[in-house]
Amino acid sequence: MKKINSTISLFVLLLFFGNIVAQQTPAKAQSETISIIGATAHIGNGTVIEDSILIFENGKITTIGPKTTATAIGKTIDASGKHIYPGFIAPNSTLGLVEIAAVRATNDDNEVGNYNPHIRSIIAYNAESKIVESMRPNGVLIAQITPRGGTISGTSSIVQLDAWNWEDAVLKIDDGIHVNWPSPFTQGRWWLGEEPGYKANKKYDTQVTQLKDYFAQAKASLQSKLDTKNLPHIAMSGIFKGTKTLFVHADSEKSILDVISFSKSQNINKIVLVGAYEAYKIGEQLKQNNIAVLTSRTHSLPSYEDDDYDLPYKNAKLLLDAGVLVAIQNSGQMERANARNLPFQAGTVAAHGIDKEKALQLITSNSAKILGIDAVVGTLEKGKDATLFISNGDALDMRTNQLEKVFIQGRTISLETHQTKLWKRYSTKYSK
Amino acid sequence: MKKIIALFVLCIVYNTYAQEYFPKNDGVKTTDVNYIVFKNATIHTSPNTEIKNGTMIIQKGKIVQVGTSVSTPANSIVIDLKDKHVYPSFIDVYTNFGIEKPKTKNTSPFGGNPQYDASREGYYWNDHIRPETNSLTVFKYDKKKADEFIKEGFGVVNTHMPDGIARGTGLLVALNNEGTQGDRLISKQSSQFFSFSKSAKSNQSYPTSLMGSMALLRQMYYDANWYEKGNATNTDLSLEALNEHKKLPQIFEAGSRINGFRADKVGDEFNIQYTIVGGGDEYVRIDKVKATNARYILPINFPDAYDMSDPYMSNLVSLGDMRHWNQAPSNPSILSKNGVPFSLTTHKLKKVTDFTSKIQKAITYGLSTEKALASLTTIPAKILGKENVLGILQKGAYANFLITSDTLFKKENIIYENWIQGRKNIVNDMSSINLNGSYELTIADNTYELTISGKPSAPKTKIKLGETKIGSTITYKNNWINLTLTDPDTTKTQYTRLSTIISKNTKFWSGKAILPNGQETTFIVKQKPKETSSEKKEKTSKIAHEKPRVIPVTYPNIAYGATKLPKSENILFKNATVWTNESEGILKETDVLITNGKIAGIGKNLVPGNAKIIDATGKHITAGIIDEHSHIAAAAINEAGHNSSAEVTIEDVISPDDINIYRNLAGGVTSIQILHGSANPIGGRSAILKLKWGESAENLIYKNAPKFIKFALGENVKQSNWGDNQRIRFPQTRMGVEQLYIDYFTRARAYEASKKKGTYRKDTEMETLIEILNGERHISCHSYIQSEINMLIKVAEKFKFTINTFTHILEGYKVADKMAKHGVGGSTFSDWWAYKYEVNDAIPYNAAIMHNQGVTVAINSDDGEMSRRLNQEAAKSVKYGGVSEEDAWKFVTLNPAKLLRIDDRVGSLKIGKDADIVVWTQHPLSIYTKAEKTIIDGAIYFDLEKDKVARKQIAQQKNELTAMMIKEKNSGLKTQTPKKKEKQHFHCNTLESIY
Repeated sequence: MKKINSTISLFVLLLFFGNIVAQQTPAKAQSETISIIGATAHIGNGTVIEDSILIFENGKITTIGPKTTATAIGKTIDASGKHIYPGFIAPNSTLGLVEIAAVRATNDDNEVGNYNPHIRSIIAYNAESKIVESMRPNGVLIAQITPRGGTISGTSSIVQLDAWNWEDAVLKIDDGIHVNWPSPFTQGRWWLGEEPGYKANKKYDTQVTQLKDYFAQAKASLQSKLDTKNLPHIAMSGIFKGTKTLFVHADSEKSILDVISFSKSQNINKIVLVGAYEAYKIGEQLKQNNIAVLTSRTHSLPSYEDDDYDLPYKNAKLLLDAGVLVAIQNSGQMERANARNLPFQAGTVAAHGIDKEKALQLITSNSAKILGIDAVVGTLEKGKDATLFISNGDALDMRTNQLEKVFIQGRTISLETHQTKLWKRYSTKYSK
Repeated sequence: MKKIIALFVLCIVYNTYAQEYFPKNDGVKTTDVNYIVFKNATIHTSPNTEIKNGTMIIQKGKIVQVGTSVSTPANSIVIDLKDKHVYPSFIDVYTNFGIEKPKTKNTSPFGGNPQYDASREGYYWNDHIRPETNSLTVFKYDKKKADEFIKEGFGVVNTHMPDGIARGTGLLVALNNEGTQGDRLISKQSSQFFSFSKSAKSNQSYPTSLMGSMALLRQMYYDANWYEKGNATNTDLSLEALNEHKKLPQIFEAGSRINGFRADKVGDEFNIQYTIVGGGDEYVRIDKVKATNARYILPINFPDAYDMSDPYMSNLVSLGDMRHWNQAPSNPSILSKNGVPFSLTTHKLKKVTDFTSKIQKAITYGLSTEKALASLTTIPAKILGKENVLGILQKGAYANFLITSDTLFKKENIIYENWIQGRKNIVNDMSSINLNGSYELTIADNTYELTISGKPSAPKTKIKLGETKIGSTITYKNNWINLTLTDPDTTKTQYTRLSTIISKNTKFWSGKAILPNGQETTFIVKQKPKETSSEKKEKTSKIAHEKPRVIPVTYPNIAYGATKLPKSENILFKNATVWTNESEGILKETDVLITNGKIAGIGKNLVPGNAKIIDATGKHITAGIIDEHSHIAAAAINEAGHNSSAEVTIEDVISPDDINIYRNLAGGVTSIQILHGSANPIGGRSAILKLKWGESAENLIYKNAPKFIKFALGENVKQSNWGDNQRIRFPQTRMGVEQLYIDYFTRARAYEASKKKGTYRKDTEMETLIEILNGERHISCHSYIQSEINMLIKVAEKFKFTINTFTHILEGYKVADKMAKHGVGGSTFSDWWAYKYEVNDAIPYNAAIMHNQGVTVAINSDDGEMSRRLNQEAAKSVKYGGVSEEDAWKFVTLNPAKLLRIDDRVGSLKIGKDADIVVWTQHPLSIYTKAEKTIIDGAIYFDLEKDKVARKQIAQQKNELTAMMIKEKNSGLKTQTPKKKEKQHFHCNTLESIY
């Protein structure tokens, strides 16, 4: 009944404000302890606890284990036959930076300039985006908000997806800097009569050298005691101190090898490859150099005509087999709306050769480790944020991904969205 | 290198053949009536006939007599050609010799204002139709270029202005460097030229696509026919010219095998047999090439090997491109063996001077020398209708012939002279003595080792003093040798110069030497016994001309192509979970029997008969997935040059070798509709395909396919997201879209009325619209917003027809009741939204709501990636809105079959329907399932096990070809840098698929 009332009142609101009404009201802080009992708990680290008990208070998990190991306290939710998962994490996303790609006024993902380490995504993050709220009913509760464009795109931050504003949303501010590694290939400009395909980029070596020079310049600037400051260079300091992660977006085998030698020569400790389509060819080297990969979108076409049809489906598996730390990211065409399909991308990897719990790690614990937030999220473990959900069935399969309850930091999150409101509104129309 | 180029082609100046009626004021009138008699030669009068010890007599640029017992007239100059051969000079039918190709005005596809109207008056409505072009008016004889052709053996070239779709007439020119234009011009309007490419001289938008070019050609022919009958009130110089020249040879620059088929198809519709300028890839589907019955003009720009030495770069090259390198040199030989007549052209060669070596390569790959000669003489002459005067040595023919040292195309052969219209062009001095060999050269006290190699008329030298290399240059002209040696002491800039006349005795010669100090002395040269140097040479030339293994072609000729097309099999699948999509529902532990390409039985314990038994325990069997909205496997998608393009059809531009067909099969897809894009309110006609990987375009298209056309509404058709320049085409608002439809349908009714009366101008666009009005062609309309959906329903009802399908239809849920009432289906995305303003209210519950209101719902892809996971997209309808699994599955099988009106053949498992089925590893809606076998008409087109084998074979074959290419590189042959080919963009305004 409550829901119907809110739908009706919203209907009235819509009459006045059209469709510009913001997202669901963010949830209040957890006030009472909650126990979930009887569920199959998918911890996110590869293990499963059948018939479990999970207790959280003040936003943190206090107990997780078989039902027999603890007694429920506070509000108890019987989730027998259901599943609990840690909230899914969407790395390298532009959620909240762009609302409608075709409407320029809503685009805030790409700043002018080629070297923009000082540009911070969090400033433009729209916590009230209709796209952001549509993540939650599918279990995507955490995202890294990443600027795009240029050679150094800027600085990302990590947010949880239920907040009044960007400041409240922050899970980890200014976590990393994103570099688009030069491509060893260039595409012909067919409209100028060039062949439309790809060939060697003759400027590749120069572009890599320029990038290295930029890092050297930044290092030098940081030693300066002068009053004149170079803002972009200062923004790089976390990379050299090891407090920020360097995310390098590169796809081809050659550029990935160059990234490896770059990271060694620059003494950069925290370096993560993003995209890395051909990383599977050199998994061993990545493992040896302790370089993690946010792999290219699972649901994508092979880049080369001759590639295995299922290469994008199994890319993460091939890297896991080589012992590389891997998580899935979803940049590309329609990346924002599509980010809610992250669980199904993990499911597809499971279909192509790995265990389901391992596939789950690709969007939970592995992602948290790579993003440096594994102390607070990524698994259902004691002491971590109660950012989790209950699903009626296997959440990696769209057939059964039906969420009943969602919690972010212990707060009970609304599953309503702009889309569910329209669904109900028009279902009501026809039921009359 | 101070090579004296002039020696290569030296034109002897005769008295010009001044025309007899021309006045003369610079002297007395002299008329050359003498004969030139060539004796004792082996005369190859045609590719198959030769006269040994023959005599040929020429006079005034023509052949007077050829034979053995021929008497020499008194006023003759006699040339003895003992041991030499005489051949007709070559003809190149396809060049732009002496005509500069205009440069494109457009630099960026996105800049500038679009131009919809023609820029000319008195001509056809489209600037790219220029049949009135008379290439003679822009022709400027190019002596330098002519020299290049002459050197390669050409005597006559056909040339034209290579610009536009209808390009006008070309001219036939003899390469008579010393003659006048009047002498050279064999035909001022020799042939009419066409292509699919637009003119660089105009920015007129239409056509923006290959299918638009094809439609425009057809309309041009209809209009020309109508004009010829005197129906037009205006003068149209283009159509007049087209009609006037329709009896000339019609030459079509297709540029690729598949475009050749497309050109031939257009020609067949108007009883025109084009001579097709091919792409060099005809060998891939020789049976279809043969079926065109066309003569071909083939380029021989066989690709250089890719430089595979950098493994990171070599990854770019696909197996298909590697194979083409390996297979392309066989192209002429394969056409020849299959009886396809062709002429060879220098067109597409980087340099005309590459011609001989490429011909030799074709011969190494199996082309017979007779056919090679025919392709350069009799066949091009026949194409031009000049077989009695060109390409042949007979009485009355032009005195265009070659004098050679040996049979043509032999590696050792030397072309001495190329006579054109009775004028001698010396390519290599016939009197030159072959000095090649090793010698001892003694000057003063030093004895040098001298090696001479190269062509007799342009020798090269290497000189050594002991172990020291000595720099040297040599010239050989009129039997005089001049040889300059640098000093053994390289710090000194001083030279020894030698000079002598060469006699026939090359074993010993001597002459004057001038030493660095100015002293004169005598040098002596003694020949060493031959062998060492020539042996070495043979070795290197062997590598260059060794024929590597030629990889057999596959269907299609790229990775994952099959060596043989799969055939229909009789198979009994045992014990599967069977999703019938019929009233029987989902049947557990059930058998499915397919025979002769049809479903023959569904039930328990079926009798196999002669069928192969496959145990499918634990597997699921369903009908194949059908994608109502696909853009794969097409060379063009949008004809965006007009606001209506009902005249174009995707069937014209199917690309059967798109790898995405295979990838779709791997996702369980068996049928697709390729829709035109959404660039205009009235789009183009669709193609409905079965994904029979490896088949030709025609065989992919459904037999008796239902007729469909794409319409579109909203942001794309009003060009909202096309940039600020695109603001002049009507309509720019949704209001205008309605009026556009009313206008076109009203006009179509009027057209139909005049058609019934009998006098009308045939208009493909109107013909298509009449089909819609009469319910013979069905609309699939791209649509988003409820207002416009409602509008189109009203327009259709006004004109008394029904819209078949709203595709995308993201706000269908808002007007589902109206849709159900009108009887239109909805083919939607599962969960796309938010990428543009009009999809802001798109919801993933759309399919469920429409379905609940009784609309026939399908889930489509519009995307080559999503199309291979349509089972997952269907499953989302279970998640969003709670559709039953059985109904959700129909969203991608039976329902799209209904919407495409092919549900009598496919879409469910029912006895008698086509055996288009998929065996899944598990529940087909599960994220964890995989298509294990995808079967169309009973033939297995995808099989997980076969896919594994194919992967291995691809790797092996790439390895083999890489090794071959590295070998070529190491032997010093030219290579090209690795490239990854992308889908060919037909024209700059081609818009990639618009959602």
